[in-house]
Amino acid sequence: MNLASQTLVNKQSTMPSSSSASRNSTAGGESNVPDQFPAGLRVLVVDDDPTCLMILEKMLRNCKYEVTKCNRAEVALSLLRENKNGFDVVISDVHMPDMDGFKLLVHIGLEMDLPVIMMSADDSKSVVMKGVTHGACDYLIKPVRIEALRNIWQHVVRKKKREWKDVDTSASLDDVDRKEEKQQAEDPDYSSSANEGHNWKNAKRRKDDEDEGEGEGEGEERDDSSSLKKPRVVWCVELHQQFVAAVNQLGIDKAVPKKILDLMNVPGITRENVASHLQKYRLYLRRLSGSHQSGGTTPSFFSNPDAGYGSISTLSDLDLQALAASGQLGQLGQLGQLPAQSLATLQARSAYPKSSISVPLLDQRNIVSFENPQLRYGLNQVQNRQGQNGNITRPMNLLHGIPTTMEPNQLMGMQGSFPGLTSQGLIPLTSQSQSQSHVSRQPVLSGQVVSPGNHVTESTGNRFHVRGSLGIPNYGNNNQMRQQNWGDLTFDPSRQMQGGSGTHVVQHNFGSSQKLGGNKVIYSSTGEGSGTHVVDNDRSMLKAEKVSYKNTFFPEEYNQEDLLNAMFTQQQQQQGENELGVDWSSLDNLPV
Amino acid sequence: MEQSHIKKQINFIKNSLFEQGYLDEQFIQLEDLQDDANPNFVEEIVTSFYSDSTRLIRNVENALENYPLDFCKLDDYMHQFKGSSSSIGAKKVKVECTHFQECCKARNSQGCIRAFQQMKQEHATLKRKLEAYFQISRNE
Repeated sequence: MNLASQTLVNKQSTMPSSSSASRNSTAGGESNVPDQFPAGLRVLVVDDDPTCLMILEKMLRNCKYEVTKCNRAEVALSLLRENKNGFDVVISDVHMPDMDGFKLLVHIGLEMDLPVIMMSADDSKSVVMKGVTHGACDYLIKPVRIEALRNIWQHVVRKKKREWKDVDTSASLDDVDRKEEKQQAEDPDYSSSANEGHNWKNAKRRKDDEDEGEGEGEGEERDDSSSLKKPRVVWCVELHQQFVAAVNQLGIDKAVPKKILDLMNVPGITRENVASHLQKYRLYLRRLSGSHQSGGTTPSFFSNPDAGYGSISTLSDLDLQALAASGQLGQLGQLGQLPAQSLATLQARSAYPKSSISVPLLDQRNIVSFENPQLRYGLNQVQNRQGQNGNITRPMNLLHGIPTTMEPNQLMGMQGSFPGLTSQGLIPLTSQSQSQSHVSRQPVLSGQVVSPGNHVTESTGNRFHVRGSLGIPNYGNNNQMRQQNWGDLTFDPSRQMQGGSGTHVVQHNFGSSQKLGGNKVIYSSTGEGSGTHVVDNDRSMLKAEKVSYKNTFFPEEYNQEDLLNAMFTQQQQQQGENELGVDWSSLDNLPV
Repeated sequence: MEQSHIKKQINFIKNSLFEQGYLDEQFIQLEDLQDDANPNFVEEIVTSFYSDSTRLIRNVENALENYPLDFCKLDDYMHQFKGSSSSIGAKKVKVECTHFQECCKARNSQGCIRAFQQMKQEHATLKRKLEAYFQISRNE
């Protein structure tokens, strides 16, 4: 399934060599010297007390860490959002005037999934316990000694290891799907747990082989080693809802892939796709029920529209774009691609009258359904930061390049070669963009326009092919679609929408690619209220699952035209609560 | 000669500060952080502490003028104060902060006021002593 293999990819690019915990093997822009970990560990320190901040900074510097100070939680969050892979660990004070440290902790866990260490002069058990339940990976009592800081790298490694394990799990499960499909073609009652065991080794072996290939960030290798080159099925909202309806109709216990497939009656998906999806769905449900039981304060955090969603709605566009992307694609590259495309589209929109642009997008229901959330955010982002932009012409052309009658399948066709591009295609982008201090993804579309013979000049070096990485739902049957002229999207970062570093840095620092992989866009603020922020072995898997199921519901909640309207009207809004016009509380009612 | 004499003085002052409980181990941590790149690190930290804590003290004074006392807020202030004073190793100041916090928990207004006076005193005393200490250190 997409998610698993994509997650696998992420992990690979994150930590290419397991032997050295170095983070820069595949990174282009990482400043630290190879194999000097933990030296160069990028720490973000958040504390409203300037004295403490100074002391911590000095201590961390003495530990040879790269330190960024921050005295306000909001600033810290935006720093983290802007540099999704710019930090390895966060140290935060519990007691801060603008935001409770625990709230920040949860946010970071949700959005960036970074290890967070809490600090406080308060050493009472209740507060320490709160730290634990909110997911802090450590709790330091002030005054903090340098010895305590020296070992914080362990939390980074531990977290990565856990993510690897989860990737292993999900990848293995995924492989299990495929193998099982062959072996148990007639088995009506496909059960993931039953098959997990004996196929684990096979799957793992294959994954390990893939790991080797991943070490160099060679996406193509992974693609080749993938046993089944089936067209990807991206479970978009409609599809998933059909799936859920079928499952509910059959009864979750009786729901077997064949029957579900028949009930869904959707061309282009195979029983295997359904089986794989069902397996994930089951795991997801299991986690959901499990986490609800364990949820304490956290569930209310999410179920409370004001407190939870209010803050969560401040998720950056980047997050949501990435989330939506990951929800569909989960793959690192796609995470990057999607926002870029969105931004490009948004920019185009912003520059031209709505009527001339929105139409083509609206025609492509499936695309828009995915793009909207991201576009919205991207638009705000773009608007906020770029204002007038002379390069808007490019994006405009981009839209023109979009066939107005494009069917979803066509777009999906672009995804065909995506896996191959993930690591290769996207990596250069991020590493290059770093030097430009802004990484806007618009060029994804602009690249596309270039293909049809546009006059766009291309700068050297930063181009790479991003094929099929638009995060468009892939209904399969896209083999023939690969020949569409959508297929070749050349991305040229230098032609990014200028306007300074306004656009969100998606992965500005590829050097920290380890975070790319590790940075599963964790977006679980969709009303699940799960207490999964407790450090939990299954967390990343759960979150991945959440992403895949929950986020896809976004588009369904809102009329697409409304979304576009919202986008335009929000052009001038600063990023803030609910700027996206998303009724977060309604996410509570998302069908699952 | 002169130098070693000054060094002796510096050490004497420092030792007495420790022995009298004005400073604790954390101060040594700060001194360990001082290096060629930051030759006046400790002094900078202490300066930062005093400017920040002066502001806090003012806040507490204002809060103490509003009756009935907002013990939550006062406890809050003291928590902050405790955090920063412990970071520089201001032992006695920290102790007084704890007293204050205990009075807050007990909702003891008079106790709070007394504790605050004590705390201010320790705060000022330490400042004097550290200033002298740094003065001499600079002359070295």
